[in-house]
Amino acid sequence: MSAAAGTAQLPGLGSTLASGSEGPAPVRIVVAYGFWIFLLSDIIMFSALFASYAVLSGQTAGGPSGRTLFELRHVGIETLCLLFSSYTCGLGLLAIERRRLRDFYIAFAFTFVLGATFLGLELSEFTGLVARGAGPSRSAFLSAFFSLVGLHGAHVTAGLSWLIFLVAQTAARGPRDFVRRRLLCFSLFWHALDIIWVALLTLVYLMGAR
Amino acid sequence: MGKLSWSAIPFDQPIPMAASLLIIIGAIAVLVLITWKGWWNYLWREWLTSVDHKRIGIMYVLLALVLLLRGFIDAIMMRSQLAFAAGGAQGYLPPEHYDQIFSAHGTIMIFFMAMPFMIGLMNFVVPLQLGVRDVAFPVLNAISFWLTASGALLVNVSLVVGEFARTGWLAYPPLSELQFSPGVGVDYYLWSLEISGIGTLLAGINLVTTLLKMRAPGMSYMRMPVFCWTALASNMLIVAAFPILTATFGMLLLDRYAGMHFFTNDGGGNLMLYINLIWAWGHPEVYILILPAFGIFSEVIATYSGKALFGYRSMVLATLAICVLSFTVWLHHFFTMGAGANVNAFFGIMSMIIAVPTGVKVFNWLFTLYRGRVRFEVPVLWAVGFMVTFVIGGLTGVLLAVPPADFVLHNSVFLVAHFHNVIIGGVFFGAMAGYNYWFPKAFGFTLDKRLGIISFWCWLIGFYLAFMPLYALGLLGMTRRMQHYADLTWRPYLIVAEIGALVILCGIAATVAQLVVSIRSRAQRRDLTGDPWNGRTLEWSTASPPPSYNFAVLPRVESVDAFWHQKQRGPATPPQHYAAIEVPRNSPNGFVTAIFAVVTGFAMIWHIWWMAILGLACAALTLIAFGWMERGEDHVSGEQLADADRARLGRMGPA
Repeated sequence: MSAAAGTAQLPGLGSTLASGSEGPAPVRIVVAYGFWIFLLSDIIMFSALFASYAVLSGQTAGGPSGRTLFELRHVGIETLCLLFSSYTCGLGLLAIERRRLRDFYIAFAFTFVLGATFLGLELSEFTGLVARGAGPSRSAFLSAFFSLVGLHGAHVTAGLSWLIFLVAQTAARGPRDFVRRRLLCFSLFWHALDIIWVALLTLVYLMGAR
Repeated sequence: MGKLSWSAIPFDQPIPMAASLLIIIGAIAVLVLITWKGWWNYLWREWLTSVDHKRIGIMYVLLALVLLLRGFIDAIMMRSQLAFAAGGAQGYLPPEHYDQIFSAHGTIMIFFMAMPFMIGLMNFVVPLQLGVRDVAFPVLNAISFWLTASGALLVNVSLVVGEFARTGWLAYPPLSELQFSPGVGVDYYLWSLEISGIGTLLAGINLVTTLLKMRAPGMSYMRMPVFCWTALASNMLIVAAFPILTATFGMLLLDRYAGMHFFTNDGGGNLMLYINLIWAWGHPEVYILILPAFGIFSEVIATYSGKALFGYRSMVLATLAICVLSFTVWLHHFFTMGAGANVNAFFGIMSMIIAVPTGVKVFNWLFTLYRGRVRFEVPVLWAVGFMVTFVIGGLTGVLLAVPPADFVLHNSVFLVAHFHNVIIGGVFFGAMAGYNYWFPKAFGFTLDKRLGIISFWCWLIGFYLAFMPLYALGLLGMTRRMQHYADLTWRPYLIVAEIGALVILCGIAATVAQLVVSIRSRAQRRDLTGDPWNGRTLEWSTASPPPSYNFAVLPRVESVDAFWHQKQRGPATPPQHYAAIEVPRNSPNGFVTAIFAVVTGFAMIWHIWWMAILGLACAALTLIAFGWMERGEDHVSGEQLADADRARLGRMGPA
């Protein structure tokens, strides 16, 4: 703050020391920045569910606990799918910046398949739990579990739909500025889902399966 | 259709039925008037599809003023009920109706009056003060507004179809769970706030991005007007707090719709979890409301004192200190939870600490007034009334922050008096100051001063009459949310409070009259300079009302109070060069999305699943369709800009 305050008296230095002195930032910066703030707010929404899970994780109401329900091998495969899909998403973004459309399509095809696999595995876990009588209305613990993991899954579903839309838009319009801005936002979104999943894996599965 | 049938319409209850009829007749009258005058085309082109931050800001404020009337009707009904329902008398409102009224009053006044008022003023003013052409995301801005309006619409639909929540304005479980509130009231509450809450969150993201990334050349952080600083703090709080609200309501909805056990009595649920979460949003929320009001008072006091604000840097620091501290005090809303002496002591001390930066602000305002040439225009009256009233409210707040005292006063009308003292005396007075201050910027003519003064005095006197007795009643032991009471010694106080509400009613009437009179005499009160108050900040440097692009050439900022210093240097000279610009084209995206949001919300409330799926699918398709089209922009050439700008400077005459 002192640096910025100092420039108030020294107009000549304003442009070098204080951010924003050049006038409004370029569109790409503004869009990515705004999307980052959205992601932060999204992470706060997750944190409310994480907090609820932490409070309720012991409240099994005589029903099954995490130790009897979680299968770490299954979750491990899910994790690998999601993390690799982030890697291919990053490759796709590099490809589109270099206007290599074919590489971009391949990378995003992998991203989609890996993301869909993750989602399929999660759904199979959920249906398995419900079939064993461990559905979301069984206990507060399971309510919190299904909501937290399900919210992440809903984000992945939204992300996959968005991916299809963006690939179609790239095919129709080519790698124009506004399309590439959206792809940048999508990749930020997809990476943020990874970060949330890592926290989720640790707090829910690894700590819950012990 | 789902739970919806003809029995949902309260034919057997005369008061809701009369209110419903009034609303329906009013709505039809407005629609007929628009059709008869042939205004639809204009309305659609210039307002409903507008993505201009100024138009959207004005619509936010209009929404707030309309909902102020609705919320106030609830208030005066409650006051009248309590003036009569003493001893054995039951008054004219049955308990189930009275409970809906106090729930609706709180919900409407906070979410649909105070919030839209503040967001509207920020939306209108911030880009102008920053010296830029619009917010960061203009279409998103329209979506935000229309989602807020959707929520407000759903709350008012509950008056006609079905019922509203009887659970108080924060819907504490287990009362708000399905087991104890099986009706649709809580669902109306939850869905309208989920929808408008998303709108608020998006508005917050938009304004934070605007403030941090879109400022005129040369405007470093320490050259931003104080209102922009308070808007930044307020919107950062929106981004940090509203997701918690969304998640918390989401969990309660899952309890109600999917049989989950987050907050239920059985299945291991924990109702105190809800109360912690809701206040983790709720306490920052009160600062979301009050910080912009602090900013307005800072602008108003500096402008009408003809002086730079005293202690600009300490004002900025105090704002940011409040912004951070607001997240560390939520537990003082439920000291009685039983968290233990140490936890209560921590939150009590943190709550008291917030009084320190607030005190810094009050002294800064006083020192700005000191030896200034104060012009007692209407906004200054609101500001001075605020300083006295808010300090009283702040002191009772510090009193409530002492846990042992809170154990006595918790849930009493002392608390009701306290939060009305800070919300009316702080937020609402601030909103009215800002409304009177910026109205000429928005419409190009000033508001009537005489009626403005009458409105202020009615509100000030009415406020003291209505709420000071409640402090005494709280100390006498009256709890809040009582439909009737046995102790006849309370009655004189409640009659005084009723008289206060009637005086406030005169204040509201004066506000409405002020608007009507000013519009009718607008030809005489026209302001051609764009700077009727001898302002200090950049919004006064452009025309009133500003052109859609705000500034023909972006101003270059070299200090705080940029426009003031520009005026000190001499009359404005027209720029040599006008570069062509692009302005965003109007888009019906927000309006259409909001229609489907209303359909989805209504269907979910009444369990009409097919309609909910249809509404959601249509909303998604709308977003996809608009996302597919490349965003259109209109071009304004340099010559057009130059012509318009020279015409404006010509109208201003010799400076």
